[in-house]
Amino acid sequence: MTNVEATSIYGEIAGKKLFLLLLIASAIVLTVIVDVMTGPAPLSLGEVVSTILSPASNDQSFYVIVWTFRLPVALMAVVIGAALGLAGAVMQTILNNPLASPYTLGISSAAGFGAALAVVFGMGVVPFADAVLVTGNAFVFALLCCMMIYAVARLKRASSETLVLAGIAVLFMFDSLLMLLQYLGNPEQVQAIVFWMFGSLTKATWTKLGIMAVGLLASVLIIMVDAWKLTTLRLGEDKAKGLGVNVERLRLKGFILISVLTATSVAFVGSIGFVGLVVPHIARMLVGEDHRFFLPLSALTGALMLSAASILSKNVVPGIIFPIGVLTSLIGIPFFVWLIFSRKRGYW
Amino acid sequence: MKLEVRQLTFGYRTVPVLKDVCIDAGPMVTAVIGPNAAGKSTLLKCLSGILKPEGSILLDGKDLKEYKSDELLQAVSYLPQDSASNAALTVFEAVLLGRLNSLGWTVTDEDLSLTLDALEKLGIEGLAKRPLNELSGGQKQMVSIAQSIIRKPGVLLMDEPTNSLDLQHQLELFDVIRTITEDNNMTTVVALHDLNLAARYADNIILLNCGKIEAMGSPGSVITEDMIRTVYGVNARVTIDNEGIPQIIPINSTRYCGPGK
Repeated sequence: MTNVEATSIYGEIAGKKLFLLLLIASAIVLTVIVDVMTGPAPLSLGEVVSTILSPASNDQSFYVIVWTFRLPVALMAVVIGAALGLAGAVMQTILNNPLASPYTLGISSAAGFGAALAVVFGMGVVPFADAVLVTGNAFVFALLCCMMIYAVARLKRASSETLVLAGIAVLFMFDSLLMLLQYLGNPEQVQAIVFWMFGSLTKATWTKLGIMAVGLLASVLIIMVDAWKLTTLRLGEDKAKGLGVNVERLRLKGFILISVLTATSVAFVGSIGFVGLVVPHIARMLVGEDHRFFLPLSALTGALMLSAASILSKNVVPGIIFPIGVLTSLIGIPFFVWLIFSRKRGYW
Repeated sequence: MKLEVRQLTFGYRTVPVLKDVCIDAGPMVTAVIGPNAAGKSTLLKCLSGILKPEGSILLDGKDLKEYKSDELLQAVSYLPQDSASNAALTVFEAVLLGRLNSLGWTVTDEDLSLTLDALEKLGIEGLAKRPLNELSGGQKQMVSIAQSIIRKPGVLLMDEPTNSLDLQHQLELFDVIRTITEDNNMTTVVALHDLNLAARYADNIILLNCGKIEAMGSPGSVITEDMIRTVYGVNARVTIDNEGIPQIIPINSTRYCGPGK
């Protein structure tokens, strides 16, 4: 049975959202191309497009610049941005908290501590494994942090308040441990730690990009299965339960997924603040909270934002790549404040 | 749908909340009244299947425990207290969520036309494209009801649906509740604080006090000056109006609060 009126009402609601998804997706293609064009040796649009489309038939130097140096970085910006945007969106929904972001729960601090631990105590011990050690340690500690929060949540029922409070406790613990390491380390080590904490896409390689992309894709598939349930959760916990949602299980599943996603991101590129916090708010304003649209749009918006930040990071100071983590926060904060003040409708 | 509750007992941890509750309710509006912490909300949560009590709850003679979760969702719809949400969803999307257990990745024609039906039944189809957070309290409550009846449940459970509504909206909401109950032959159970609303709109009243059923029956038989004094600790005047509906005028508390003695 087709009800013409119902179909047209819903068509109008969903059509707008689909259009925005496509719009942002095409904007990302554009920023990626511009990102590849920008750098110490500027390339033209034609050069970039032809080198990407047919790598073999072009000038060898173009090939090296595009495929070895710039494309992994440009795509890493997209993938990391998407991962952080998605993680933030899921986080805000399952914790029912507009301030939640992957970093609010201390995952970034834990990763920073892990990296610092490797810098202060590990470097030189395994001379060829410096990079692996720092990245690996960051990842392990980020996961450790998530497991601690998870354990606390398991002991008490996984209510959103418990998760947030446990996360904040963990955040302070790792922050102070990180400070302790900086106190103990020598000036070179402290500088290495600080540099790592800045966050930088230049650490990108095709291998890291591959791992990150596969992880992101798997996460999207896993979480999108629960899109309707997540939407229902926004109506309130009791109502979701009344509609048959196993709220505790949904929360823990989402939480584990976000943890892995964030841990990988932070381990590969360091702390890139604010994307996970701001992006879901933008996505929510654009398409609302039907999670079938909200989650993909959060991912795409995050990708667009970080891709744009990547372009900007090469242009702020000519010849120098400005730390992207600093950029996202500096631009993010005024934008976020504007978002709060200009918002007419309160969703929380 | 026939709802029978036998020897229902429930406690959070070791604190007993409901003791040996027995209820019979049929397709009509049943109001559950009682003072704060009497166990009204807990009773509704037990009936909805969210809490697992001891004793038995029978729907059309079949025990709730024997229902599959999908069947149960189809049969019973539960509307929690203060359920108004500020989610960034349109009214149409929010009502659609009432069909959560049958929603697929894409929305079907059936989903859409049932959603519009539910909106039309409550006369709020004009709000379909409005975002939830722009609605008034009364409108939000209507959306919640639309969301509950979209599954065409046999049993509708509502916890304080008139909370924070003004007088006119309270009356209108109960008119709607009565109409949908009669039209769909539903067994509607409403937890309620307002005795006058309960007296006017309920066919049957269950009085709960400290987890036990104190009285059950028609409004006239349950709501008496005596009952209000013993259960609520309030001196009140109860008069029967010319429609046979008891009217409650509270006078004062039976316990003395204030300076001196």
